[in-house]
Order: sequence, then C-alpha cells, then structure tokens
Amino acid sequence: MGRYVVRRLLQLIPVFFGTTFLIYWLVWAVPGDPFAGKCGERRCPDSYIAFMTEKYHLDENVFLQYLHYMQNLLRGDFGQTFGGRSINDLIAAAYPNTLKLALVALAVEGIIGITAGVLTGLRRNGFMDNLVLVSTLFLIALPTFVTGFVLQFLLGTKWHIINPTVSSDVPFNELIVPGFVLGSTSMAYIARLTRTSIAENRRGDYVRTAIAKGLPMRRVVGVHLLRNSMIPVLTFLGTDLGGLMGGSIVTEGIFNINGIGREVYRAIVTKEGATVVSIVVILVLVYLIMNLVVDLLYAALDPRIRYE
Amino acid sequence: MSDILVSEQSASDASGRPTGRLLEVDDLRVEFRTRDGVAKVINGVTYHVDAGETLAVLGESGSGKSVTAQTIMGILDTPPGYVTGGQVRFHGRDMLAMSSEQRRRIRGEGIAMIFQDALSALNPVFTVGFQIGEQFRIRRGMSRADAKKRTIEMLDLVQIPNAKGRVNNYPHQFSGGMRQRVMIAMSLALDPEVLIADEPTTALDVTVQAQIMDLLAELQRERRMGLILITHDLGVVADVADRIAVMYAGRIVEEANVHELYAKPAHPYTLGLLDSIPRIDEKGQQLRTIKGLPPSLLNIPPGCPFNPRCPMAQPICREKVPPLLQLGPTRASACHFAEELVNNG
Amino acid sequence: MSDPTIGSMVTTPPAEDPAVAGGTAPPDAGLPAGKQRQGKPRGLLGDAWLDLRRRPMFWIPAVLILIFVVMAAVPQLFTHTDPTQGLLERSRVAPSGSAWFGYDVQGQDVYARVIYGARASIVVAVLSTIGTVLIGGAIGILAGFRGGWVDAVLSRIADIFFGLPFVLGAIVILFTFNKPGSSNSTFKIMMLVIVSLVVLTWPVSMRIMRSSVLATKEADYIVAARALGASSARIVFKHLLPNCLAPLLVYSTILIGSFIGAEATLSFLGVGLHSPVVSWGIMISESQNYIRVSPHLLLFPATFLVIAVLSFVMLGEAVREALDPKLR
Repeated sequence: MGRYVVRRLLQLIPVFFGTTFLIYWLVWAVPGDPFAGKCGERRCPDSYIAFMTEKYHLDENVFLQYLHYMQNLLRGDFGQTFGGRSINDLIAAAYPNTLKLALVALAVEGIIGITAGVLTGLRRNGFMDNLVLVSTLFLIALPTFVTGFVLQFLLGTKWHIINPTVSSDVPFNELIVPGFVLGSTSMAYIARLTRTSIAENRRGDYVRTAIAKGLPMRRVVGVHLLRNSMIPVLTFLGTDLGGLMGGSIVTEGIFNINGIGREVYRAIVTKEGATVVSIVVILVLVYLIMNLVVDLLYAALDPRIRYE
Repeated sequence: MSDILVSEQSASDASGRPTGRLLEVDDLRVEFRTRDGVAKVINGVTYHVDAGETLAVLGESGSGKSVTAQTIMGILDTPPGYVTGGQVRFHGRDMLAMSSEQRRRIRGEGIAMIFQDALSALNPVFTVGFQIGEQFRIRRGMSRADAKKRTIEMLDLVQIPNAKGRVNNYPHQFSGGMRQRVMIAMSLALDPEVLIADEPTTALDVTVQAQIMDLLAELQRERRMGLILITHDLGVVADVADRIAVMYAGRIVEEANVHELYAKPAHPYTLGLLDSIPRIDEKGQQLRTIKGLPPSLLNIPPGCPFNPRCPMAQPICREKVPPLLQLGPTRASACHFAEELVNNG
Repeated sequence: MSDPTIGSMVTTPPAEDPAVAGGTAPPDAGLPAGKQRQGKPRGLLGDAWLDLRRRPMFWIPAVLILIFVVMAAVPQLFTHTDPTQGLLERSRVAPSGSAWFGYDVQGQDVYARVIYGARASIVVAVLSTIGTVLIGGAIGILAGFRGGWVDAVLSRIADIFFGLPFVLGAIVILFTFNKPGSSNSTFKIMMLVIVSLVVLTWPVSMRIMRSSVLATKEADYIVAARALGASSARIVFKHLLPNCLAPLLVYSTILIGSFIGAEATLSFLGVGLHSPVVSWGIMISESQNYIRVSPHLLLFPATFLVIAVLSFVMLGEAVREALDPKLR
C-alpha cells in the first residue's frame, strides 16, 4: 500500500512540472514582447521592465526562466501584480470563498444526486424513474452559464427569493443557489451513476446471500447493497471536488463571488501574467493531490484493490 | 398397471394434518414469465427431508433443482419467477402462505442455504468476521465482543486454521475451499435445522471437494440437520446421500435410496446418467452419452418430457405424462415402464 | 474546472466495462447450424443498428440533428433575412408576426441570427469532436497496444493536459492567440477555438481508447491472430479497432453536445467566437444585460442551444443502450 502511494507521488511530479511549464510558456514565452499588454494599455515604464526582467530572468531562455520562477515558488513567493500587490495575499483572500462554494456545491449535488439515484435504482421504471432520467438528461445538456443566468434571473431579479448576487462576506446560505448551479451537471451524473450502480448490484450474488441469511431488507439494502454501490459514486464525488476546488469562472462571475475563478479571469483579462501562472500552479497542485486522494479513497473503500 | 400414487404424503395433505416431516415440498409449480413466453420451470415437484438425513437432488442444468431450492428459501426472483401451485411445508406449516416477515425469520434459523460460488456469494467489502458476526449481532442481539467470540468458534468448527487471525480477513484473501468453509460457517451460525447446499463443490478442485463434502457430512451428523444437497455430480452423491431425487425438466423422475439407485435404476434417464460415467475398466472404448439436449422449458414436449431422448420410448410415452409411481417403500419412478426396468435390470 | 459541461461529462468513464464491447463470438454462435442467420454474422455494431432502428428515443434526436445540420449547411432554406443587417430603430423590438423572434440590440433579426448561428456552433463542435477523437484515439491505441514505456510517457503527457482546468486553459490559449480586438478572420477564429477544444480534450478520448485496447488486447482472438502470423497493423485495424469503437462512438456523440455548450460558454466569457461570426453563444452573451427588459434575446438562442445539446446527448444515450450487450 505504501509502495502504491509512493509510486503515485512519483508520477505526480513530472505531471506537475509539465502542466505548470505549459502554462508558463503560454503566458510568458509565446513569441512577441513579453510585456505587451502586461501594464494595461500603456507601455510599461523602463524601470519596471528592468526590474521584472532581472527578477524573472526574462533575458534567459524559457526553461531557465521557468526554473527561476519555480525556485521562488517553492520558497513560497508567488510574486507580485504589476500594481505591487502580493499575489500571496490575493490568493489568500479569494481561495476560501471558492472553497466554501465548492463544499456547498458538493453537498447539494451529493445529497440530491444520491437520493434520486437510490430511489430510482431500487425501483426502476416508475414515474419517478422516468422523471429523474429526463431531468438529468436536461441538466447535462444545459451549459452552466445558462442555468446560472436563468436561476439568477428568476429567483433573484424577478421573484426576489434570493439576492441576485452574493454579498462580500460570502455567507453559506447565499451560496446554495450558486452551489446548485455549479453542481447541476455533476448532480445529474451522480444520480445516473448511483441508479446504475444500485440496479446492477441489486442482482449481485451477495445480495441474494444476505437475504438468504434472513437479514431484514432494511439492512440488506442499507448496509450490503449501499456499501458496494457507493464506491463509484464516492470516487466520482472525490474527483469532482478536485475540479470544484479549481474554482468556477462562470459561476463566480455570474453571482459575483470573489473567488479564485474570478481572480484568474480578471488577471487574464488585465494581462497579469504572474498572477495567472501562480493561480494555475495552485489549482494544478490541488487537482493532482485530489486525484491521489481519490485513488487512496478508492483503495479504502474497496478492499480488493488494496493488495496489488 | 395400478397407479399407486406416492402414498403417505398425499393422504395427510388432503386432510391437512401435519405429517411430522421436517421439510417437505408438495406438488410445487413455478413458471418464469419472459418476453419470449412462459417457461414452465417446475412442474409438480414433491420431495422431503427429515432431521439427520441427506437428500441429494440430482439433475442437469435447467432441470429446476436450484429454482426449487430458491423457492424453499423464498429468494426466487419475482419477476420473472412466479409460484403457481403447491406448498412448501416446514414443520407442517406452509411457508408460501406465510407473511414475508415470518418467512424471513425462518431463514438462517430454521433453514439455511449455501451457494456454489463463494467468492461472489460473499460480500467483497466486508470481512468474514463481519458477515458471520452479523448473524449473531442482528438476529440474536449479541454484543460485538460476544459475536466475535462465537464467530471465531464457528470458523474453528469448519476447520479454518488460525481462525482468530483470519477473522478480519476479506473473502478474496481466502482460497476457494476456505471460502466455502466460511460460507458454511456463516450458514450454521444460527443452528438451522435444514441446510440446503446448492452445488457447493462444483467450483472447487477434486481434492478440496472431498474435504468439503466430509465436513458437511460431519457437521450434519453432529447437529442432526436435514441436508439437501443439490448437484449434477453423481460421484459426489454416492458418498454422502441417504436418498436421491433425480430431476428432469422440472419434474422428479426417480426417487430412491442411494443403494437402490446405483444398483438398479428405475428410470431411463437415471440409467443413462449412470451409464455415462466413464469407468476405468472400459479404457479405450467410446464414451456413452444420452443423445439430444434437454427440452426448452418454453416448449416442453407432450407426454413424458424425456421421450425425445429415451432409447425405450413407446407411443404411450409421447401421449401420457407418466405419474410418479411408487415401486416400494422408498422407491418411486415416473416412467410407464418403471417396473420392467427394475425387474429386468 | 467544473463549470463547463465538458469537465464533468468527460471525466466520468462510461459506467460499462469497455471489455464488454469487445465481444467474442458472434451472438448466434451457440445455436445449432440451422438456426444461425444466413450470411455473415452481424456482430455487435450490426445488432446495435437493428436495435436502434426501432427506438423512438433514437429517431427523435436523429431527426432534430438532421434539421440542425441542414440549418447549418443551408441556412437560406429557413430564412431570407441577412443576420448581420441591423437597423438601430428596431433595437430590442419584441417578437411579432413579421419578425417571429424579434430584434436584438443592434436591430438584427433574431430569428435569422438563430438560424445562421447553427452553422458556427455545429461546425465548431463537429470538427472539434473529429479532431479530439482522431488524435486522442490514435494516441490511445498506440499507448494501449505498445504498453511499456511508450504507454508510460504518453499517459504522463495526457495527465499534463488533463491537469489544465478546461475553461482556464481555453481562456489562456485563446487570449494568447486571439486577443479580443484583434482582427482575425472568421476562419481563423473558428480554427483557434477548435484547436483549443481539441488540445484540452484529447486526453479523455485517449484514456477511453487506451482502456478499451488494454481490455481487448489480451482476448483470445487477438492472441490467435498473432499466432497465425498477422502483422501488428492488421491486428490493430481489423481486430482491435472494431471492438473498441463502441465506447468511443457513444462518447463522440455526447462530446458534440458538450462542445456546443463549451463553445457557447467560451463566447459568453468573451474569448470564443465573436463578431462578425454569429453563434448561439454570442447571442446569449449579448443578451446578458437586457434579460429583464427583453427576455426574448436570451430565450430563443438558449432554447435552440439546449435542444441541440439535448439531441446529441439523447442520441448518445440511445447508442450506448443499443451497444450494451448486457441489456439484451
């Protein structure tokens, strides 16, 4: 088991450097003036160019640049925006909001998705079953921004049930609708995955054995069936959390949540290269670590794969 | 010839008095309703087992032997399976007429079942200790500690070495034979009166087969259990069974005690089965088989279901379904020419 | 990133075991000779087609898709109005008898724009899907078939691209090469969007193909083919590919649907297609500030978008059910 973890960690390292280098290259090293547009619409002051060139070694080739950048990074220094603001501070202010949104979205999609999936998986071909199948198809087809738009308009602007935008202290209750929007597609997936998993496992031999043992149906379903059926669902949720923690440019934009997604979008649009790369580095790291956690989760849930 | 029907059973059934048998299946009928039609899987099966005896139910795939067992346990898949007639009596009371809660209580405590493939029959994500202990904790209300103690005792009983160490292992960590022992331990946890073993050794090596059969025999003797052994393997049956019921196309075609059956079968099908066993003193000769295939249960031929394959078929076989004729106190056969078979041999 | 439909849809491998699609004997192999169908055994794909033919859940989306394709190819069949011709006096006029969907902010006919918008959306989605499937599929076969360090390297490369959050990666790529305000031609803009979609999504089709190949590689009939002296190329094209196609086929159909949504999302964010191109995403993006007063600006393009995506997704589901031997 330990060897498995070590192996995965080793695989993680080249991928981390590969992805971050890719982004670095795209932002800084595409042919052309690296400072074009980095200071807004004006041309950057010479003192700034000299300072940044020296700091980021921009007169050297892109690999060395990248190396220097990573060195700084590993010391915990994410650099500064062109306005002089510490990127570390920027991330520290925005990321918690993204995390809150991610957790709410996970909770919403998990609870609704799993419940719908369990109910329809146990009893197929009812009215409920068709309802869930149709609505999940619909949710999968709707792009997030359309869902976001429509719900913001209907629930916020038109019917005044919620605030159209989220207030700056980002309280949890205001995140429910944005969380729902963010998680809507995944929720549909979870419902279908749960449904299929339960329906397939229902016919498993061990279910028959559990009934033959004389256990009450409550226990057969609630303990034996569920524990097996949940494995793919929980691993999906884990992977999804990894994606959710990457922030959502669209949802944060629509509901005006000051999270990491919006920050990175802002940075791209205002051509803040350093900010973009730094945020992406964090996101990639989080994503890779979440992947590893999900693999471990899978091993924890399914004893069969622990001993390879 | 006189149609002496299977005697004692029917007399007591009609008046409804309990017959004193531990478990009996009485004229059971089960059909499977599928998209392609209705398959008559069980067509009037009657057998019984008493405390301390072993009944072997012998038959090919599709003969209905497993479905009968599933109906006894109440684990028949409905849909597509439906019971359309007959009774299953435990201590004289018809289980098919009971509520599902009453039936549930009989499972494990009164009648228990073990299955062919222990790897898929056991839950892969729980330890064997959990799965066996469940019976003690949930059905008997024992504490975790007590349940664990009893579980280890059960594992010892089925001769799993180092039971204490292995109680927290998962099913896939055991070998095939060990897994089957675990299943046996689990089924005996609540001390049932009847154990149904559905092809318990089919998936195992020959040497392990013998060990498991010995274990079953020993446990049965110790506990005075009724054992219903479902199998298609004549070799396994010879050692262990007291009585044998041979099934074909959802019917019992012959019933006898083990010596009688092997010495002088009373049905062409049984004859064919015994004949097809390769014998070491017949080296170099062609293997004998029963020609043809079992009938599709969607479309059972009229008359005796075996008639298309029977070397002795006569016109009457194609017209009239032979009833199960009593040939002696322990023998019955569903063949129009059963008596001739027994007498001529 | 979790917001665009690609992210969630694409990281979930098909729930069915791809090995199932790599069936062994033809379906009627066990029947006595008389009962076998005449001629060549049809195989899984042939059986699937017969099954699909009689499902309404196949025909409804299929017909809708056909309509959209015609709309994309020959928009003139549906409207004679020029979608880029705008009269400011008509700005945001509500739908009426003469203009069924009303007019947009610049006074352009919304109905015409919706019809012409189909082309951009569908062409981008279809070309991106073809690119993703071809490139990802080829790399997947290579990785799966060769194994060893080839597989290790290719899988790590795929992981690198996988690690890039989709929307983020798309924005960065498009921003770098297609800055808003730059005067790229329609063709160039579309190609850039297609390229970024392919670059970010190929790892998923690669993984699907790779796991299909891995599952089928050890099948007896492959070993038999090798023992008979078949070359690697022959094994791949004649034996492996047909059996690994099924999950990829299902995936491609759904992918077209996701890409339509993805293109719309990118346009909405301002980095995808932009004027003078007409697409549903652009129209939805432009309707942002006017929802309250002119909901028709959002309603019509959004409805067409949703129906188009829904059709592809439904088609994908129907194909998946038809190809699943377990449901027979």
